[in-house]
Amino acid sequence: MQNITDNIHDWLYATFNPTIAMLIEFAIIGALAIGLFAMLGLVLIYMERKVSAVMQLRLGPNRVGPKGIFQTTADTLKLIVKEGMTPNGVDKLLFNLAPFIVMIVAMVVLAPLMFAKGFQIWDINIGVFFITAVSSLSVIGILMAGWASNNKYSLLGAMRSGAQIVSYELSAGLSILAVIVLTGSLKLSEIITSQENGWWIFKGHLPVWIAFIIFIIAVTAETNRAPFDLAEAESELTAGFHTEYSGMKFALFFLAEYVNIFVVCALGATLFLGGWMPLHFGTGTKFNEVMDYIPSSVWFFGKTFFLIFVIMWFRWTFPRLRIDQLLNLEWKYLLPISMINLLLATFIAIMKWHF
Amino acid sequence: MIYLLQEELSKKVMDVNDIASYLPIGIQIVCAAGLVAFLMLVTHLLGPKRKTADKLQSFTSGIESHGDARQPVAIKYFLVAILFVLFDVEVIFFYPYAVNFKGLGWSGFWAVLLFVGFFLCGFIYIIKKGALKWEE
Repeated sequence: MQNITDNIHDWLYATFNPTIAMLIEFAIIGALAIGLFAMLGLVLIYMERKVSAVMQLRLGPNRVGPKGIFQTTADTLKLIVKEGMTPNGVDKLLFNLAPFIVMIVAMVVLAPLMFAKGFQIWDINIGVFFITAVSSLSVIGILMAGWASNNKYSLLGAMRSGAQIVSYELSAGLSILAVIVLTGSLKLSEIITSQENGWWIFKGHLPVWIAFIIFIIAVTAETNRAPFDLAEAESELTAGFHTEYSGMKFALFFLAEYVNIFVVCALGATLFLGGWMPLHFGTGTKFNEVMDYIPSSVWFFGKTFFLIFVIMWFRWTFPRLRIDQLLNLEWKYLLPISMINLLLATFIAIMKWHF
Repeated sequence: MIYLLQEELSKKVMDVNDIASYLPIGIQIVCAAGLVAFLMLVTHLLGPKRKTADKLQSFTSGIESHGDARQPVAIKYFLVAILFVLFDVEVIFFYPYAVNFKGLGWSGFWAVLLFVGFFLCGFIYIIKKGALKWEE
């Protein structure tokens, strides 16, 4: 991947003058980002339906295309030609602005992620901080949608979602910090290179294991996934904060939700499982060389999709929590545990007990 | 690729905190907004527009909706939001420490231990005060 991007870059700068070359690069990157975004939506929704089907001993979508792989494309086309209604009594500006906010947040968070070796849109020195900061903005879009809809279901869903997202962000942030303490950098490329002789999940002992478990629980809640999907609990709130949305506006919320899942799983894979870094033990061993033959993008997407699969698995394993149980879990258990865990991580890093 | 582009930019500006190093994110925002606007426009042009009074009612599972939905909600939600603001500030304080703690060594560790001690005092206070009791 590194070679491809380098070659394109060199060729552009050799052929055109710098300003035009830069503009062409912008255009290519924009197109790639939108393409990735659309692909993620289609693939993840198809995957969700197939995983659900397998867990419930069904076949899942199998009519459109071989094994139903074009089902989500067909669904998207259908949603595009549907009527986009704006019901009476809604706040028109906020109602239409909410999908924009949710989508922009989901798409901007993709920028600092490293998809393969040397393949990253934006390598900023505050990468992890940027992701945690921006991804929490999506709660504004959700609250906006719920409030603007003028529907009791929507308002309740949005309120629950707001309380839930902000609560779980604390322990997600603290469990991320446990890894940051060990690497000493917020830059995603540096975090990945620090795992050259083993991923943090293997190198970091107890604090990283605890942090990983807390991280997975917290991001499941942050992306409003079952068992924490109170914001759109079908049995009580119809569709939660997007009850009043129809057609493409609804599809945009749906798409943003799946891209958010991808982003948090990619972040988890980067911090704990080494991102694009192949499975390494120590330095310079034969085993490492064999592992290096597998391309870095395969490693990255493999780990990310494994974590996504785990989160989908949760959905069909655990029953939904009540709102007070949900907040108790966070405030009374996860938050103190992750706080102490962070201290443990710093202690271990000072004593140099990690590998 | 912008990653490579950034090197190009950083040759010119040198300073990482310069506004120009945030240019990629600006492009990303423009792309995202453009995509959403495009999709909304397309669906607006392609979709049918048949508005009837029944269809435009807000959905309440078939029951007629009563009154305005924007009623006061339980104070607990706002309490959680306020607590979040307090605790999030504390989490943010940890970021600079986590990045720099190797240089700070033991003295930094004791300082943070003290900080977490204060944090836990406040935490125990709000739990005892019943800020998270939803029953009454």
